[in-house]
Amino acid sequence: MHRPDLAIAAHDGQALPTDTCPADSPLAVRGLTVSYGEKPAVFSVDATFPARAMSAIIGPNGAGKSTFLKAALGVVPRLSGEVRVFGTPIEKARDRIAYVPQRASVDWDFPATVLDVVQMGLYRRVGLLGRMSGRMRALALDCLGRVGMADFAHRQIGQLSGGQQQRVFLARALAQDADLYLLDEPFAGVDAATERAIIDVLKGLRDAGKSVVAVHHDLSTVRGYFDHAFLINVRRMAEGPVETAFTAETLHATYGGRLATTQIDEVMLSGGAA
Amino acid sequence: MGAEFVQFSLTPILIGMFAAIACALPGNFLILRRQALIGDAISHVVLPGIVVAFLLTGTVAAIPMMIGAAAAAIVAVILIEAVRRLGRIEPGAAMGVVFTTLFAAGVLLLEQSDTSAVHLDVEHALMGNLESLIWLRATGWESLLDPAALAALPPELGRMAVVCALIVALTAIFWRWLKIATFDEGFAQALGIPAAGLGFGLVVTAAIAAVAAFDAVGSIIVIAMFICPPAAARLMTNRLEVQVLWSVAFAALSAVLGYVLAGYGPLWFGAANAVSAAGMIATVSGVILGLACLYAPHRARIGAAREDA
Ligand SMILES: Nc1ncnc2c1ncn2[C@@H]1O[C@H](COP(=O)(O)OP(=O)(O)OP(=O)(O)O)[C@@H](O)[C@H]1O
Ligand SMILES: [Mg+2]
Repeated sequence: MHRPDLAIAAHDGQALPTDTCPADSPLAVRGLTVSYGEKPAVFSVDATFPARAMSAIIGPNGAGKSTFLKAALGVVPRLSGEVRVFGTPIEKARDRIAYVPQRASVDWDFPATVLDVVQMGLYRRVGLLGRMSGRMRALALDCLGRVGMADFAHRQIGQLSGGQQQRVFLARALAQDADLYLLDEPFAGVDAATERAIIDVLKGLRDAGKSVVAVHHDLSTVRGYFDHAFLINVRRMAEGPVETAFTAETLHATYGGRLATTQIDEVMLSGGAA
Repeated sequence: MGAEFVQFSLTPILIGMFAAIACALPGNFLILRRQALIGDAISHVVLPGIVVAFLLTGTVAAIPMMIGAAAAAIVAVILIEAVRRLGRIEPGAAMGVVFTTLFAAGVLLLEQSDTSAVHLDVEHALMGNLESLIWLRATGWESLLDPAALAALPPELGRMAVVCALIVALTAIFWRWLKIATFDEGFAQALGIPAAGLGFGLVVTAAIAAVAAFDAVGSIIVIAMFICPPAAARLMTNRLEVQVLWSVAFAALSAVLGYVLAGYGPLWFGAANAVSAAGMIATVSGVILGLACLYAPHRARIGAAREDA
């Protein structure tokens, strides 16, 4: 799907015109390097995500996709580089960002109900000591309704299927009422119906003027779901509108030998139909 | 229950309750963070602390002992952080290395020093001396209003009450941070919650509880109370708020029931002497956990296979 009205549609995927972060981008990084040990997980990466668009972060396992998101959020410290969220440092933009971590990163046996988890998304508005008012509760319930989980509000989170857990995480992000949504593999391990429900919510956000950036593994749906693609394997491999950045060549470069040429051809053919 | 109860049972029971609650509250979060053994570890670290304090001051007074224990706990926390960062090993292993080393250092110090005096103190460190924390000046319930009698309360009562109140207050104030960061640390950091500092503060709070409690009731209770009441409480409910309330109830119940059983239980069975109150309190908390494992409403969750695993 092509959206000609993207705010920053001009990048051709290779050269970036500026070496400072543009202020009109919801998320831009320059020279981002993150390392857990000797070897960097993300090395000298530049990226500029467009406003009011759906962007995909694509790359093989261990490519540094989650690390990239966490560094952008200040969850892991960066070794060097600059991160700008709506043109400001992340600390000043926390109210405008919603984050959905990888589902497997938390312990779902934690003693909490679905509503408890969604209310965590209201933290920035309620504060450390503020009271969770009836209005806030209603807001959380409304977010659950938007992902089709209203009936599960009082269920313990461990008693949900993987797809339902993913929806609860999405509802928590909706409760944050942000302008930029960062999602780490929102479609991991969900069935077709849930994937449909999630993509509808995300596209609804975009159509309401929000920006969505999601780590995405299913190459066959990239063209159907996303406007902008960012390919990473430790370094930035390609970036730009899906039509120009998401190609057989860039996939070869990003996945190396991990994808056979026939698989890539399949992706390129199936993409148009989605 | 009159004068005799107030004189001989009231203060030890209260001290036991405050100690149990002070340890059980942080224990809830330590267990959920898979750091349950940190309570055990802290009480090991306390040993070299009190030995050094004894060697330096030559007395077994409470204040130098507590300062020594607290210093040892702080040294341990710093060492763990250093080993974890420099050695790049996981926190559990770093803890294991540091605590074992410090405990061994404590034993070594003990052997090198005048054992006749310190020996008594190691037993004290393990079992405490709850039975001796009585209120001799009391003449009955009316003593609660008598300033002269109140002045003669065992100092451990005041100390433990203050520490318990502090921990209750900290848990209440930082409740939302603790809940969010314990469930999803990355999300908490993305919200701007200082999760690393919070985790450190939790360990320091646990150390304060452990050090204060060890002086009055010994490390056996400390270890038991960090784990047993919160673990039993987890089996009673699926909500953190309710779990913490249950853990406080179980901690208090263990203290009361344990003290009473230790004092009167053996007599009921015809034995001549009472058994250690600290040991009995720890035992009761273990029995409560056992019963919870057998009968609690939500026992299936712990250790159950994850749906997506
Ligand atoms: N906390 C950590 N400590 C040490 N190394 C880490 C840590 N987290 C990630 N890494 C390493 O950094 C690299 C990038 O990891 P990251 O999780 O960002 O990859 P990813 O692209 O999200 O992979 P996946 O598709 O499997 O989610 C990997 O080599 C990983 O082993
Ligand atoms: Mg990842």
